[in-house]
Amino acid sequence: MDAQPEAMVGIVLVSHSAGLAEEVAELVRQIGGAEVPVAAAGGTDDGGLGTSLDKVSAAIERVDRGAGVILIPDLGSSVLTAKLVEEPGSVVIADVPFVEGAISAAVTAGTGAPLAGVLAAAEEARTFHKL
Amino acid sequence: MDTSFFLAWINAIATAVQAERDHLTQLDAAIGDADHGANLDRGFAAVRQALTDAPPQTPGAVLTAAGSALIRKVGGASGPLYGTAFRQMGRSLGDAAEITPEALAAGLEAALAGIQKLGGAAEGDKTLVDALAPAVRALGRAVQDGTKLTDALAATEAAAQEGARATVPLEARKGRASYLGPRSVGHEDPGAASTVLIFAALREAAGQA
Repeated sequence: MDAQPEAMVGIVLVSHSAGLAEEVAELVRQIGGAEVPVAAAGGTDDGGLGTSLDKVSAAIERVDRGAGVILIPDLGSSVLTAKLVEEPGSVVIADVPFVEGAISAAVTAGTGAPLAGVLAAAEEARTFHKL
Repeated sequence: MDTSFFLAWINAIATAVQAERDHLTQLDAAIGDADHGANLDRGFAAVRQALTDAPPQTPGAVLTAAGSALIRKVGGASGPLYGTAFRQMGRSLGDAAEITPEALAAGLEAALAGIQKLGGAAEGDKTLVDALAPAVRALGRAVQDGTKLTDALAATEAAAQEGARATVPLEARKGRASYLGPRSVGHEDPGAASTVLIFAALREAAGQA
């Protein structure tokens, strides 16, 4: 698919927990804007704790508008599974805090920023201080 | 070593993982999240199913199919890691119908490289690499010396076992156990323990061939 000028970068939240991924996705939609393509890929295929390659692949397809996709994994197997589906230049991993990184990425994606810009914004969340 | 040898190997791993499921989970309960045995057992059950549903025609295809099933079905970190290992090994074997000991050793080197690239673990980090790396070295040496295959694989298994035992005093630097820091000392790494099962199964498959 060709990238259209207005295409937004998609965001996939990869977590061990379906509930955690869903809730963060919902938070991101509330704060980052409903128009940003966000999908949750949490838990195993049978609903347990863990990561599902199929869920991650399906989530990438759902949010891919042609401008690239950012994967935000939580830890452990989520990171390894995300690495398996990484495609330089189009599907990239943000090494960031799960919640803060997702929101930072979504707010920037909502402005129509390109993949590199959204990734850089997400990575700023790593040094963001709450106090 | 032909396709049926590699099928026998994978089946022997599946049987061993099933038998050792609770032991692996107990090891993981000490320093991990107590799911290694269950995850691997689920993964290898899926591998068996995949190999039955679409029987692969070459040794390389057996390993690639096994790796893909592990990646899709394990759910824990061992899925992408072992899955990548088997897939890299499958790729290394290519479409040859008969695998020489040299090709087997090269395939296992590719498996080790794949795991290290994905997970970033080095020897001494208290991971499955601590069992896999010495086993791969032992096989390489034995093959180079022209050792009989069954003896070479016995030496390989012994090296894996020694490597796994040597993880006990280590402090974990990768994976869930690394959050425990010094409290991870005194326990055998569950991934290293399951790697021993894989090499025991390989020696067993060679004994039957």
